[in-house]
Amino acid sequence: MDSRRSSRAVIDPKVRQVGFFTSAPLPPDRTQSDPPDPIRSPPLADASSPGNSLSPVMIPPPRHPSDSLLRLPHSPSDAFPPPSPTTTTTSLGDFSDDVTAASSPPPAAARVRGRGSSVKQQGAASSFPGGGFEVPPSVKAPSSVPASGLTTVSVVKLPPGISVEVQSDRALNSKPLKEKTSKAERRAIQEAQRAAKAAAKAEGIKTPAVTALANAKSAKSTKPSPQRNDSAVVVAASEKKGGDRSVEKDRKKDVPHPRMQYDDKSRVQKLKKRSVVKPTEARNRVELFRHLPQYEHGTQLPVLQSKFFQLDTLHPAVYKVGLQYLSGDICGGNARCIAMLQAFQEAIRDYSTPPAKTLSRDLTAKISSYVSFLIDCRPLSVSMGNAIRFLKSQIAKIPISLSESEAKATLHSDIERFINEKIILADRVIVKHAVTKIRDGDVLLTYGSSSAVEMILQHAHELGKQFRVVIVDSRPKHEGKLLLRRLVRKGLSCTYTHINAISYIMHEVTRVFLGASSVLSNGTVYSRVGTACVAMVAYGFHIPVLVCCEAYKFHERVQLDSICSNELGDPDSISKVPGREDINHLDGWDKSENLQLLNLIYDATPSDYVSLIITDYGMIPPTSVPVIVREYGRGQLWIYEECDPLASPGRCSDAVFFVDGLIFYPSQHLVLSFWFPDRPPSGLNNDLLERSDNFVTVAENGNFTNFEL
Amino acid sequence: MPDTQVLVNDFLNKLKKRKIEGSQATARQTAELLRSVISQQRVPYTNQAGALIDAVKAVGEQLIAANPVELAVGNIVRRVLHIIREEDLSLTTAAIGGLNLSAVSDDENDDDRDGDSTLSAAAVAAAARSTLRPPSLQTLLEDTPVSAAVPQTSSSGGDSEGKSKSADKSSRSRKLKHDVIEAVNELIQDIVTCHEQIAEQAVEHIHQNEVILTLGSSRTVLEFLFAAKEKKRSFRVFVAEGAPRYQGHLLAKELVARGLQTTLITDSAVFAMISRVNMVIVGAHAVMANGGVIAPVGMNLVALAAQKHAVPFVVLAGSHKLCPLYPHNPEVLLNELRSPSELLDFGEFSDCMDFGSGSGSPLLHVVNPAFDYVPPKLVSLFITDTGGHNPSYMYRLIADYYSADDLVVQRRATAGN
Repeated sequence: MDSRRSSRAVIDPKVRQVGFFTSAPLPPDRTQSDPPDPIRSPPLADASSPGNSLSPVMIPPPRHPSDSLLRLPHSPSDAFPPPSPTTTTTSLGDFSDDVTAASSPPPAAARVRGRGSSVKQQGAASSFPGGGFEVPPSVKAPSSVPASGLTTVSVVKLPPGISVEVQSDRALNSKPLKEKTSKAERRAIQEAQRAAKAAAKAEGIKTPAVTALANAKSAKSTKPSPQRNDSAVVVAASEKKGGDRSVEKDRKKDVPHPRMQYDDKSRVQKLKKRSVVKPTEARNRVELFRHLPQYEHGTQLPVLQSKFFQLDTLHPAVYKVGLQYLSGDICGGNARCIAMLQAFQEAIRDYSTPPAKTLSRDLTAKISSYVSFLIDCRPLSVSMGNAIRFLKSQIAKIPISLSESEAKATLHSDIERFINEKIILADRVIVKHAVTKIRDGDVLLTYGSSSAVEMILQHAHELGKQFRVVIVDSRPKHEGKLLLRRLVRKGLSCTYTHINAISYIMHEVTRVFLGASSVLSNGTVYSRVGTACVAMVAYGFHIPVLVCCEAYKFHERVQLDSICSNELGDPDSISKVPGREDINHLDGWDKSENLQLLNLIYDATPSDYVSLIITDYGMIPPTSVPVIVREYGRGQLWIYEECDPLASPGRCSDAVFFVDGLIFYPSQHLVLSFWFPDRPPSGLNNDLLERSDNFVTVAENGNFTNFEL
Repeated sequence: MPDTQVLVNDFLNKLKKRKIEGSQATARQTAELLRSVISQQRVPYTNQAGALIDAVKAVGEQLIAANPVELAVGNIVRRVLHIIREEDLSLTTAAIGGLNLSAVSDDENDDDRDGDSTLSAAAVAAAARSTLRPPSLQTLLEDTPVSAAVPQTSSSGGDSEGKSKSADKSSRSRKLKHDVIEAVNELIQDIVTCHEQIAEQAVEHIHQNEVILTLGSSRTVLEFLFAAKEKKRSFRVFVAEGAPRYQGHLLAKELVARGLQTTLITDSAVFAMISRVNMVIVGAHAVMANGGVIAPVGMNLVALAAQKHAVPFVVLAGSHKLCPLYPHNPEVLLNELRSPSELLDFGEFSDCMDFGSGSGSPLLHVVNPAFDYVPPKLVSLFITDTGGHNPSYMYRLIADYYSADDLVVQRRATAGN
């Protein structure tokens, strides 16, 4: 109960605060030079707008042409005064105010520190099922990238080189008084202004200077290409991009390129030549699914096994994972993704760049070949696709200056971090959110076997909630049986039935929890076949359907039916019913060419049937999926990296700052952030109650303390 | 009499043990049993129809109680009761008609009818008219005594019997039994051939290149599809296998054997595939008076999916499946839970169960219902042996087959026991 209440407190205030913030009037003491315009967001809120990305149900504040320039102050580039002279002084003053406050921490902050350490110990000892959300040591690795190690505030994504500059600006800026700019800074300012002017001229519409700045920066940096993704966050944050070239290119790249269509003969031929696995085509292909690969199952495995010693291009770990996919030993989106990433980790560890090649190019090619092997074994899930995209972008981001061993270590830790933050921690956050939706006396229905739902049920049971579980299962995999076994072992009261009986059992159900393989950006939930049936019946009975899905499984693709894109399983498992010898009507008939056996793996649930999607960003309606994909899809990891003092202590040495929702007392690693997805408050025992521009009220063990900022 | 009792007991056992599969087989056997009951029944001189009705009711009650979920039994019992009433009525009206004729032509021949001579010829004529024809506007406007006389004559009680104390009484009694048995034979014939009559309509509903989805297996559906196939229509069929009985495999096999393009899918893929389906054609277990359908489990899922995608949901049902009752909470009251072993093997979970401790209530329940209820709003069309009908019309269609007395009397008799 305790954690439930605390998590309530976690969820409620964020929404309220967010609403407050964007429309809050300017505090008079700070913005004297500004005309009191109620619509305009205060500089602080402006600064925090990129940080909004951390709050789950957050709408970016409205943008006005006049205030687009004001946004600068708290972005990392805030040392550069924006073109408008009036705002320049304000923002600079603002900024240095903050910095001075940061560099000389007030006594209150010191108090917090003292307490902070003890609190942290409590957190470690807390019995939250996550087991204390300590970030694993490997996550620290980013600090091995020397440049970015110094970065502090930047929510706007910057290449490491730039952030060094910002850091130095900061150092310079905070010591003397305002308006003292270094040479480098002045140059940067000029450049920014020039870029902004040029952009404005080119488009004739307002271009947020942030973009211009980011672009100026990216143009300046040594390696522009890897930055695409970084600036994408800025791009996403500031809406109208107009005719900015690089952005335009980005946008084009965003359109997911078409998938392989297997009814295209020539391409299939090409593919066959390349592929290691040579599957035999199924005899009776289902006409409707010609565009999907339809192969005989069970034939490739022995062939592949025998090929083991001939495939020297493949890393054994990747090979092993591929075989496991093929045989079905590993299934489930998260399990498959983690297995793949760990195999890649091993492969990268054993990798050495061949002479006369660059690491990033060669390794990318290598990974691509691994991926195509894995695709041959089993088509990729969306989660795996996203993970591969992440890995490739990380590889591309590696500076050439980095030595091979360093680069490998970086990648290793990047992968580790992805697994931890995007999957493991994300699941814990989902559990935390979802448990609040379980009341005593509930009857929860779940379909198939979802790892997230299983964790939710187990956690709710551990919390002592009284509820009953209905597990609905279907042929041919009967994954629900395994879930049933695990839950019954744990002592949960379960009812087991098959999907046809769903209308019968739905009468007694009060909530439906479903897992998902992916959530597409039109809100369609792409999941195990049958999920749509369950959701539909629940919708018919007016029972809420809650879909649990980690945000890394979101995809910008859209889909309306289950036919255009799907995966086909082994058709033979349809005709045979294991354990029922009396069902043998089709023995011998499956060779008839009139009979086709269709074993769909996934289906698409229309968003109408989904009441709520529980992700690591909180609980959102299906209509918000494209927003999540767009705003946080890209450089989201960078936020963790650059703003996460736990991950790299000492990096944010003595700054007290916050990006909306994030408050750092970095030297003590105390983070007061309740919508920072992977830092549950139960570990910190602090509740942020109130936040104005000047102070934060923190409730700690029942005491309320105001901290000046 | 004793040999019918043996037959009845035998059939009761079969019903209780659920040995008879399918409503058609049940209906046919019920009708045959009732036929033998009727033929064995010794008919008294007076109130023959009443005696027959009592005998049929007595047996019917037991049959219905043996398997209340198998609505076809009750349907057939009511049908037979209705037949007896109808035959009796037609005999009566024929007799009255004859009486009228003779009364008009020759009064002396009517020497036996001294008891009835108090009745005026006009009154008898009015009674006969009201039994023969539906009430005309004129009779509706006339005062009540005439209409009050109607139930007297129409009820198969002593009134008509009183009239039949005639020389032809033995022939009449034989005639009644004979007629009833004839009619029951016709009923049996109808039940047996209802497939053909339904299948005849197939070409009107299935066009070229159609994609049809069905769930589980139904002989009616099979014949229906095959009739369309014989008329040179080419179409493809998706068959959902219908867990946990997997009758869909059987249907798929039959369809493939007859050369139809068939795709077997899992039940969970119904929603995924229904967007590419032109029509859903399914069989039913029973059709209720409100147009709702009791169908094999999983049908509601299919119906909901069909509604979502605006795919016509067509139910094929022989007239023996039409049940005159209105369902109340049919998902529970008209359902049956089958063995959990169809879902989980016995002992599969015994290692997880700790019976020694805990509250005593088991942690694991397995639910395996046999039927689903499809509400009338999800059904687009019923095709019976008399043609296609809307769900909203079913109550009227059903009224043709059953007399209203039997619905109530049945209940009262059950309550009396």
